[in-house]
Amino acid sequence: MPWDRNQMAARAAQELEDGMYVNLGIGIPTLVANYVGDKDITLQSENGMLGMGPFPFEGEEDADLINAGKQTITELSRTSYFDSATSFAMIRGGKIAAAVLGAMEVDEEGDLANWMIPGVLVKGMGGAMDLVAGVGRVIVVMDHTNKHGKSKLLKKCTLPLTGKKVVNRIITNLGVLDVVDGGLKIIEIAEGVTEDEIRASTEANIVN
Amino acid sequence: MKKVYANATEALDGVISDGMMIAAGGFGLCGIPELLLEAIKDSGAQNLTFASNNAGVDDFGIGILLQTKQVKKMISSYVGENAEFMRQYLSGELELEFNPQGTLAERMRAGGAGIPGFYTKTGVGTVIAEDKEHKDFNGETYILEEGIFADLAIVKAWKADDTGNLIFRKTARNFNVPAATCGKICIAEVEEIVPRGSLDPDAIHLPGIYVHRIIQGEHEKRIEQRTTRKKEEA
Repeated sequence: MPWDRNQMAARAAQELEDGMYVNLGIGIPTLVANYVGDKDITLQSENGMLGMGPFPFEGEEDADLINAGKQTITELSRTSYFDSATSFAMIRGGKIAAAVLGAMEVDEEGDLANWMIPGVLVKGMGGAMDLVAGVGRVIVVMDHTNKHGKSKLLKKCTLPLTGKKVVNRIITNLGVLDVVDGGLKIIEIAEGVTEDEIRASTEANIVN
Repeated sequence: MKKVYANATEALDGVISDGMMIAAGGFGLCGIPELLLEAIKDSGAQNLTFASNNAGVDDFGIGILLQTKQVKKMISSYVGENAEFMRQYLSGELELEFNPQGTLAERMRAGGAGIPGFYTKTGVGTVIAEDKEHKDFNGETYILEEGIFADLAIVKAWKADDTGNLIFRKTARNFNVPAATCGKICIAEVEEIVPRGSLDPDAIHLPGIYVHRIIQGEHEKRIEQRTTRKKEEA
């Protein structure tokens, strides 16, 4: 059985180490926060906050306290606030240990596309290009194939890039792969999935 | 010099004009200068360029100036929440320059700090890097981005004193600080103007040197995505 959304998020949470400052993207990456357990992880929200807390209780929403997805959130005892220039200074400056984010395509060189589909309404890259260029480690969490069954792990990205040679690790519903010299290396296979299934669903070169 | 004005319209008097480049604070609808945007709409100023992370929603924030077609160009990182924006952009009525969010923030900060350009690795190898100068430092490639020097900055803060010292609240600080610094003139709207001496000098987020005009007013502070959890889940 391939992993579901929550299992993928739980697997991504294993990547995070005690003491890390981490930025989580929108979608499945947001769920990662539910699986960090006892690890001391500080979440960054690029609109200007370290130490992001959970959603507020009903009636306790604060218009001045949102995350990068514009959702109302809460603060923690460790929280600090800062302006957008300072926020991206810590991102670009390599102070954020890791970013977990979704993707449309990743290729065997570690190129990432997740912001634009030509001909479809363009919304903008937000902070994604800064994050992938700046953080210590980029972990992509996404389905292995798109809704047409086509591989999202390609030899070469076809969509406009978010960053070039930026991805370190890819966690999909089928398993975990690293970007290494010459292609992608299978690190882990989801329980009940075979290596042949991963290979059949991967267009990118797989190295042993 | 008196910095406090009675309202947004008076604060804009003699400042706003057609074709201006305006840097605006805010992220989504959080911390946007909503009163000044409303007053800019009422001023009828045309062909405005806005450097602002987002473009508001259809009926709030910069969105209200799109409805009246007062905006010629947006410099933004994300504009996904605005249907009228998309309509005008796709029909060619509105120019759009996408900047990565951190690049936009740093362009404002640099402009305010007298730095006309800086190198960043954000966007290298993407469409953002096309036609920009590339330069290698220590074996890594960077691109040249330019500082933003705006004619006017409009920002929203929580509290001010009458000398323009500002304090922001929680994540409503966001782009307000870099935007404020890059304007030739900066107008700040706040929830409360407090007596001089009542703000802790060690806790000022933006010194009054950057702020030329101040107004106090009632803010709607609309929430874009109200997300909550139930008490039982705690």
